[in-house]
Amino acid sequence: MNFSEKLIAYSTIVRKEVHRFMRIWTQTILPPAITQSLYFLIFGKFIGSQLRDIGGVSYMAFIVPGLVMMTVINNSFSNVASSFFSSKFQRSIEELLVSPLTNVIIVAGYITGGLLRGIICGVVVFCVSMFFIHPTVMYPGLILIFMILASIVFALGGLLNAIYAKSFDEIGIFPMFILLPLTYLGGVFYSIHTLPVFWQTVSKINPILYLVNGFRFGFYGISDVSINVSIAMLITFIIVLVFLNLYLLNKGTGLKS
Amino acid sequence: MNAITIKNLKKIYATGIEALKGINLDVKEGDFCALLGANGAGKTTVIGILTGLVIKSSGEVKVFDYDIDIRHTAARKMIGVVPQEMNFNMFEKVKDIVINQAGYFGIRRSVAEKDCEQILKELQLWDKRDTASRQLSGGMKRRLMIARALINHPKILILDEPTAGVDVELRHSMWEYLRKINQQGTTILLTTHYLEEVEQMCRHAAFIKNGEIFAYDSVKRLIKQIDMETYVVHVEKISGLNQLAHYNVIALDEHTFEAEITKGAKLNDFILKVGKAGMIVTDLRPKGNRMEKLFLNILKQ
Repeated sequence: MNFSEKLIAYSTIVRKEVHRFMRIWTQTILPPAITQSLYFLIFGKFIGSQLRDIGGVSYMAFIVPGLVMMTVINNSFSNVASSFFSSKFQRSIEELLVSPLTNVIIVAGYITGGLLRGIICGVVVFCVSMFFIHPTVMYPGLILIFMILASIVFALGGLLNAIYAKSFDEIGIFPMFILLPLTYLGGVFYSIHTLPVFWQTVSKINPILYLVNGFRFGFYGISDVSINVSIAMLITFIIVLVFLNLYLLNKGTGLKS
Repeated sequence: MNAITIKNLKKIYATGIEALKGINLDVKEGDFCALLGANGAGKTTVIGILTGLVIKSSGEVKVFDYDIDIRHTAARKMIGVVPQEMNFNMFEKVKDIVINQAGYFGIRRSVAEKDCEQILKELQLWDKRDTASRQLSGGMKRRLMIARALINHPKILILDEPTAGVDVELRHSMWEYLRKINQQGTTILLTTHYLEEVEQMCRHAAFIKNGEIFAYDSVKRLIKQIDMETYVVHVEKISGLNQLAHYNVIALDEHTFEAEITKGAKLNDFILKVGKAGMIVTDLRPKGNRMEKLFLNILKQ
């Protein structure tokens, strides 16, 4: 395939993916907007109003970046995991496997789909937060970089999950038992400086802490961890996950007998 | 030129099952070839390897001289595949399924839209273009898979039991369509359980059993191997059938029986013997299942 053909093939996968999540927007775009509105209302407005400021910002303002990042992570992950696994389940993945597409294009297409859903949902939740507070945006470029890198990392994670999964149950295990606890314990609702020193050290093992804090730095210029470390970690994860996914697809894991 | 060249192809699945034990097969460009065998013989594995869905254990496979390992992109551009089971997204519309498939082959959307319209019209699916695929009937789903396989204008069309579970009328219209595209130059390789299909359409047939091809020849020559022809005989009333035992007769009902007659034997002699047995022949016709007979003979060997 020449470059133009590759571009057409890539854009076909992206188009199909975007069409899929937009067609079922009540299951993909609307739920995060509603769920995060409840978080803003309950944690931010009702409980948050009784709490003191963290790092010079109100509790409501503090949780906005965390909740937006949580949305980006969950949606980019679940978009690729459910779409790719559903293709495997219905065997429509064979449409790609019998075509001259390379695995690099398949990965790029699905990851772009996850990235777009992650960003769209993140932007929707950010817009919802405007009903409650007007968060400061200190470094918009950094916010965008973190959104994109985080979406790519978790979209790749979703793909890895879908490649290995043998049933729909296995698609739910990782987000429920690993992603959700890591997100909640990743500094979305609190600063790790409020924890005892031991738990601060333990928290620093959690990769999501770096995402949330890096993202929050883009808004208020405050972070529990180094921004350079956060970006370096994200890029490292992307490189490792790209190679891992490509290795598995080339081997035909979960797809070819 | 060979459209498909298979040399010493072996496949051992992770479960330890040896599905292919070193098969060799050459399909000439423009041929209409059948791959025949019982369930589990290895037909779908051959097709899976050709189309990239199954990883071969060893051997060489070429599609128009493109080795599927070295030039897999070029090889796949040559192939359109119609699988045995439905394998499209049930929620996508007919038109989207076909146009997306063109996209995966790098075909521009504007070109794909025109081609899609033409193919869907030829396969009488144009009226259903905006229907979700899950709402199609079984026959329409089969035709959709053919339309999707043809959108990249393949030089080889591979069909895995395309008429399984399809009604007689649709089967015949599919035969007609496949004959037409074969006449236009597309090489066709199909697997089927309908041996009448092979006799009607195919020029060559390969018999596969336990992962080995043990007969591969032109359909005409294969049929010549059969020394017996089965006839269906209608009589006013069956009587004295035991006098015709050497014809391996089987009574079907009170007025009909089947008899095996050696090729080249005089039918007149047979009719006279039926008369001597006390029966009056009202109709006599060949059963037309010669491939089936051959298939069963070969399987028994």
